[in-house]
Amino acid sequence: MKVGVYLCQCGGNISNVVDLDAVEKYMDNGDDIVVIKQSSHMCSGAGQKLITDDIAAQKLDRVVIASCSPQFHEKTFRAALQKAGLNPYLLEIANFREHCSWAHKDKPEDATQKSIDLLNAAIAKARLDYPLEETKMKLGNEVLVIGAGIAGIQAALDLADTGQKVYLVERLPTIGGNMAILTKTFPTEDCASCILSPKMAAAQAHPNITLITDAEIEHILGHRLHFEAIIKVNPRYVKPEIDMDECIGCALCEEACPVETPNYWEQGIVNRKAIYIPAPHAIPYKYLIDPETCLNLNGGSCNACVDVCPQKAMDFDQRPETIKVEVDSIVVATGFDIYDATEKHVFGYGKFENVVNGLEMERIVDHIMEKDPPRQVGKRVAFVQCVGSRDEQIGREYCSRVCCMYSVKLASLLKQAKPGTDIYIFYTDLRAFGKGFEEYYKRAQKMGIKFIRGKPAHFTEDPDTKKVTVLVEDTLSREIIESEFDLVVLAVGLGPNRHSEKVADDLKLARSEDGFLKEAHPKYRPVDTLVEGVFLAGVAQGPKDIPDTVAQASAAAAKVIVALAQKEFSLDPMLAFVHPELCDGCEKCLGVCPVDAIVMNDDDKAGIKETLCIGCGACISSCPTGAIDLNGYTNEQLFAEVEAALKSKKPGERRAIVFGDSGSTYRLADTVGVRKMKYATDSRVLMVPSGCRVTPKLILFALSKGADAVLIGDSPVKGNRFEWAWDFTSANVESAKAKAAEAGIEGERIFSIEFSAGDLAKFIETMNDLSDKMARLEPIPDDKKSSLFDLKR
Amino acid sequence: MTDKIKKIRLTDRNVKFLEKVEEISGESITLCDQCGTCSAGCPFVEEMDITPSQLMREVLLGQEEVLRARTTWICASCFTCTVRCPRMLDVSKVAEALRQIGLRQAIDEIDINIIDREEYRKMPTIALVSAYRKLTG
Ligand SMILES: Cc1cc2nc3c(=O)[nH]c(=O)nc-3n(C[C@H](O)[C@H](O)[C@H](O)COP(=O)(O)OP(=O)(O)OC[C@H]3O[C@@H](n4cnc5c(N)ncnc54)[C@H](O)[C@@H]3O)c2cc1C
Ligand code: SF4
Ligand code: SF4
Ligand code: SF4
Ligand code: SF4
Repeated sequence: MKVGVYLCQCGGNISNVVDLDAVEKYMDNGDDIVVIKQSSHMCSGAGQKLITDDIAAQKLDRVVIASCSPQFHEKTFRAALQKAGLNPYLLEIANFREHCSWAHKDKPEDATQKSIDLLNAAIAKARLDYPLEETKMKLGNEVLVIGAGIAGIQAALDLADTGQKVYLVERLPTIGGNMAILTKTFPTEDCASCILSPKMAAAQAHPNITLITDAEIEHILGHRLHFEAIIKVNPRYVKPEIDMDECIGCALCEEACPVETPNYWEQGIVNRKAIYIPAPHAIPYKYLIDPETCLNLNGGSCNACVDVCPQKAMDFDQRPETIKVEVDSIVVATGFDIYDATEKHVFGYGKFENVVNGLEMERIVDHIMEKDPPRQVGKRVAFVQCVGSRDEQIGREYCSRVCCMYSVKLASLLKQAKPGTDIYIFYTDLRAFGKGFEEYYKRAQKMGIKFIRGKPAHFTEDPDTKKVTVLVEDTLSREIIESEFDLVVLAVGLGPNRHSEKVADDLKLARSEDGFLKEAHPKYRPVDTLVEGVFLAGVAQGPKDIPDTVAQASAAAAKVIVALAQKEFSLDPMLAFVHPELCDGCEKCLGVCPVDAIVMNDDDKAGIKETLCIGCGACISSCPTGAIDLNGYTNEQLFAEVEAALKSKKPGERRAIVFGDSGSTYRLADTVGVRKMKYATDSRVLMVPSGCRVTPKLILFALSKGADAVLIGDSPVKGNRFEWAWDFTSANVESAKAKAAEAGIEGERIFSIEFSAGDLAKFIETMNDLSDKMARLEPIPDDKKSSLFDLKR
Repeated sequence: MTDKIKKIRLTDRNVKFLEKVEEISGESITLCDQCGTCSAGCPFVEEMDITPSQLMREVLLGQEEVLRARTTWICASCFTCTVRCPRMLDVSKVAEALRQIGLRQAIDEIDINIIDREEYRKMPTIALVSAYRKLTG
């Protein structure tokens, strides 16, 4: 083996603090180290040339560079190795700048010692490096769009128009989502179904879109640009088009059916039969039978529809079908559920017949405008804002953003249709922030709609007239108003669709505090998720109106197209692998892998699916025989790194080994360095892919080799894609503590902490506390250390 | 209706008063949304001179006259507002804080010795208890 070691001065950034000559003198001086060179800028063309020349002339087969953090130039240096014909993964980087010279500017000797330790760790690891190959994956153009509200439909159309193959899956029997229920829309008063129907029809007709309605996502596998979805399609019990004896839509069955039940698309304002077409603008426009209410399907003998059907199109024997689709990308557009106002007893919703919610009012107003109202509203109507929003009593702190304007809209429409109506809107703050909203609000004021600032808190129903009395403070005049209304409309807020949970869990999508799906970055990546290839559109990501929903849906489609335009992508090779000769087929790892990447092969040995594995390392501590390992972070490598990082420790000194997850803690330590913030110099941060990669044995090994404490820094639990990783990290820490206790070693030497990338002060405090703690504790006596030693790797 | 518009000056003194009430009550009064839920729900609001939400407002503005408001004494700590406030504030604690400050300043709104019989019967229990309490050690 021939190792080349390059020490970067970084134009003085490193060499003014770290004594690089001392590093050369005291570093690992193994026979295999054939080159040691300093350069003012290793990342420059000249610096890289040093490496490529030496690889050619000296036949180097490992390269170690002491420079800035790998997050800055790892790619540059890997490319240099590749250019010289060496496998790019035979490279290690020691972080001299962020972790040493910048963070410990005021303590050059300590910085130099720390540098030597980090360099030795990198050299030890490099010796155990082996070539890794990036598997190239072909990208197709198939996209799964989950949820066919306006968001899903818009995304599907944009994708289909650019040639992608789209599966548009909807849980309900018609597409259209909540917008299909609305009457006109604010602030322009376009009729919702008039502007939605053409898009629904276009989605159905598009040759590149496969519509799958009345279907549930049973399971999704995959995490980057390759996904498998199992979809359960519910039976409609009326034969589909392909048969000659299909439904011709004569509606005879509907007349004959004896069952009456509330129609969802009418929000229960109008009833439907058990055999029905959901709405006049339903897509697909086909009869279906509702298995919940159909008498025949519930053991009865009714056959009324079959008797009258000229085609005998009914088929009560249909069963759910399961289909599997494989796609390259996913748009999650699962939308929302309105707040269930029965939860807030004070408002009387569900108890008083003249208290309705906003969505019901959409239907009521729609029918009033159509002049065939199944229900009248009376003369006095009150709207109550912020029901189920901005209310910490029910854990919903956020503003739902559309309810102010939909109340203004419903009030305006009602006033236009029935000018004699007295309308009051009780609000706390009226939010009219969008384009044309303020003008629309003013128009409503001009129409004579009264806006009263106060939130009603007391509702009673007159048992005879069924009118509702409302008690509210006008917070502007400070008078208490007690007033009777014929109808009270609750402006209910929006919450994430409860049917999105399975999808979010399977895809490991993070949620924001408010429960909506979380975007990858609130400013720059508003439609991306942390899962490569999965994008968000519409209210699934947070409350918004139709224009914002459509804009976001088109953005999500564009991002899918950008992702798929790569045509091919390479898989990071730092993934788990199995030593088949060690695997005894116990299947323990199967349950541990959070992304189901481990499968049992025909020979009863575990195998790793490369396309699924995310290289977290959780499986490694689960394997009792040590058969699973991780490329780039093998057990051997981590043990060697730890041992090398501790080798220089002299009697009386204290050292902590900190395992920092690459996503958060390691970068945080970098940022602290970049800001030149100081912290105790006695820790050595080693990079791991995630906290759960650190096995109990590794922790104990570090203690046995002289570490006075071991800290695992991991990304925060909340809102983190690797939320589950914490369970493993904590379990590993607990198990290591228990074993340490057996050897008589204090548990407080081992712990884990969550760090987010911006926790600068927390990091510094932790490192300083750690230092104090180590100083307080006596060194671990040698006999206790050696009792840890028999722990096999 | 007051007969004249009052002009308020916002000074350090006002802020100090707010901070004092916040400290004694443990409530962050600046969080109040002025939604009026507390006032509309309060079973005693009709007996009060200012509404509970107005009480919150006056404290926020640092208006020490609020110490003389009957409302602080009428509030019976029934917690109707507490369980409804969308900002999880506890108006009754604020009222209690104002009562304490008032007592310490020995503002004598009610002199139990000279109060007439009719008034005595109408007085809320809490006011009576407090009125007696201030005369004991
Ligand atoms: C009463 C009311 C009035 C409104 N009025 C207006 C207005 O006038 N103007 C305006 O701009 N906005 C208005 N809005 C807001 C508007 O409704 C939304 O902006 C819009 O509907 C959001 O569309 P979406 O596709 O994101 O969600 P949705 O319409 O909720 O669609 C999501 C779809 O996904 C489906 N789905 C969910 N989970 C799954 C799953 N696991 N598998 C398959 N399918 C699934 C759902 O069944 C649904 O069909 C109003 C909202 C309300 C509540
Ligand atoms: S069989 Fe079912 S759908 Fe047909 S008429 Fe009877 S109840 Fe209605
Ligand atoms: S949009 Fe208006 S009604 Fe809806 S939560 Fe926000 S402030 Fe309340
Ligand atoms: S490293 Fe192991 S646990 Fe993590 S994803 Fe890969 S196979 Fe699953
Ligand atoms: S209910 Fe709470 S937020 Fe609303 S006015 Fe009263 S104290 Fe303020």
